[in-house]
Amino acid sequence: MAAQTFAQKALARAAGLEQVEVGQVVDARPDVVLSHDNTAAIRRIWRQFAQPKVVIPERIAITLDHAVPAPTTQHAQNHAEIRAFVAEQGIQHFFEVGRGICHQVLSEEAIVLPGQLILGADSHTTHFGWLGALGAGIGRSEVATLWATGELWLRVPESMQIVLEGTLPVGVTAKDFALRVIGDLGADGGLYQSVEFHGSGVAALSLESRMVLPNMMAEFGAKNAWVAPDDRTAAYLAEGLTRRFRRQGQDPRAALAALASALSSALLPDAEAVYSAVYRYQAADLEPYVACPHSVDKVVPLSAVAGTRVHQAFLGTCTNGRLEDLAAAAAVLRGRRVAPGVRLLVIPASSAVLQAALEEGYIQEFVAAGAVIGVPGCGPCMGNHMGIPAPGETTISSANRNFRGRMGTADAEIYLSNPAVVAASAVAGRITDPQTLGA
Amino acid sequence: MLLAGRAWKYGDNVNTDILFPGKYTYTVTERSEIARHALEDLDPTFVTDVQQGDVVVGGRNFGCGSSREQAVTCLLYNGVSAVVAASFSRIFYRNALNNGLLAIACPQAVAAIVAGESIAIDTEQQTIRCAAGEYPFPPLSASVMGIVEAGGLVAYVKRKLALP
Ligand code: SF4
Repeated sequence: MAAQTFAQKALARAAGLEQVEVGQVVDARPDVVLSHDNTAAIRRIWRQFAQPKVVIPERIAITLDHAVPAPTTQHAQNHAEIRAFVAEQGIQHFFEVGRGICHQVLSEEAIVLPGQLILGADSHTTHFGWLGALGAGIGRSEVATLWATGELWLRVPESMQIVLEGTLPVGVTAKDFALRVIGDLGADGGLYQSVEFHGSGVAALSLESRMVLPNMMAEFGAKNAWVAPDDRTAAYLAEGLTRRFRRQGQDPRAALAALASALSSALLPDAEAVYSAVYRYQAADLEPYVACPHSVDKVVPLSAVAGTRVHQAFLGTCTNGRLEDLAAAAAVLRGRRVAPGVRLLVIPASSAVLQAALEEGYIQEFVAAGAVIGVPGCGPCMGNHMGIPAPGETTISSANRNFRGRMGTADAEIYLSNPAVVAASAVAGRITDPQTLGA
Repeated sequence: MLLAGRAWKYGDNVNTDILFPGKYTYTVTERSEIARHALEDLDPTFVTDVQQGDVVVGGRNFGCGSSREQAVTCLLYNGVSAVVAASFSRIFYRNALNNGLLAIACPQAVAAIVAGESIAIDTEQQTIRCAAGEYPFPPLSASVMGIVEAGGLVAYVKRKLALP
């Protein structure tokens, strides 16, 4: 058998085939199908199939996260339709307003296992590559099709490798690495590709940092991305499974056995597999970066835009709204205050992150520093509600996307950075390197 | 199939937020309303002047960003017959074909087409003709062509489920 990439192995598995070739179109059966606030719209498409019941209720996962709690009657109506669908179809993996952002919640709940296929009506479904799964975004008609048939056409992508060696310098994060790659290779640098991350630098990252890489690859044009699962991944997922099953009053043993078998048959790429490109980075060469308006590949070193006036600083999202992100920001804010004329919005990625941040005292520190705390969810990331900038204003954000109008206002600028830079910029009122922040 | 229309030409990385702003995605559901917001942050003349059969022409990575299908349907509802781009973002590309909107990757034609000129697309011969010349584009895979021929994914699945 010819050597295979991760994407080849994962799609062969999902299509029930021995082996697949790059470029081949297969009918794949995903293990998990994700949707969020867009579920009501998907239901209206699915209705056309005149089915009383979806064929894969146990594989459907739904979160309410994009505009929560409902900011208008229309949004509330949208959520109500989704709850009715969940009840009518008996969907177990349903997560209410306030539980958190889909990618974070499904990770915490260990709903996706290594080697599995998850398709989601959300472009950042690439996220699940952090745990060695194949996650790809799809459209609403495609989710409706999956509910009705359980399968969907997918083309087996080419794969590229991005290798990081060494340890990141202090103040440089996985976000900076992702921005550097996108800046170097462009917003379409990974178009249609499966992007595999390799190297000692990736293995050394915390799990929360690893999550940033596949998440950001949606902005690189990638179909999916991949990081090798290891013992830490296994422990994280085992904990999530155990928690979920205990909460439901069920024995977690069968689920843990399924995890062990997923890991033992882990779909690792073959050493001889063929790649369209290999890019190598030395961690020691990296520095903090910022993506400038209005494109994620307009990446410059932080020092090049330091001093730019900001009106709003946003810490959150599926990219950088986790505990270590909040910890990095809290370390910057400790003993300092948000500058007059600046709003700092902090939105934990999930209720679990919020709870942990409360236990660590970070939330208290944010409030003491003058920050605004939001309900776990997407917040202002996509301009649906809360934290929308005024025309002419500038936001520095820990999110993944800075298109014109992304936060709801066309005539507003968005800079993207790592969480500590967001916090330091809130304190100074200007884009600022935390290391240069005065006492 | 022979398509002809005027070219609305834009640059690289035409993203889903400028095709159809995210702030409308859960609340704007009416066809005419979706149509009204197409490209509103990029080109306000588009919705007022676009005519049935017109073609949107873009550079690299057309449709990058969100998975929102309205980025496709807002063009369809304005009568756009095809999108020609140097390359497409993959979710937009899937959404286009799955909604029966022809999406053609042809960097040579994109380089040659002048904004506002009339162009013709021959889907059988797989060529795009503009004032500067005629440009071939690669065929779609047979399985995907089946979806386009059925009129989109929903129609295709209905047929598969033996629905009327
Ligand atoms: S936080 Fe932003 S990028 Fe992530 S799922 Fe929500 S809207 Fe999308």
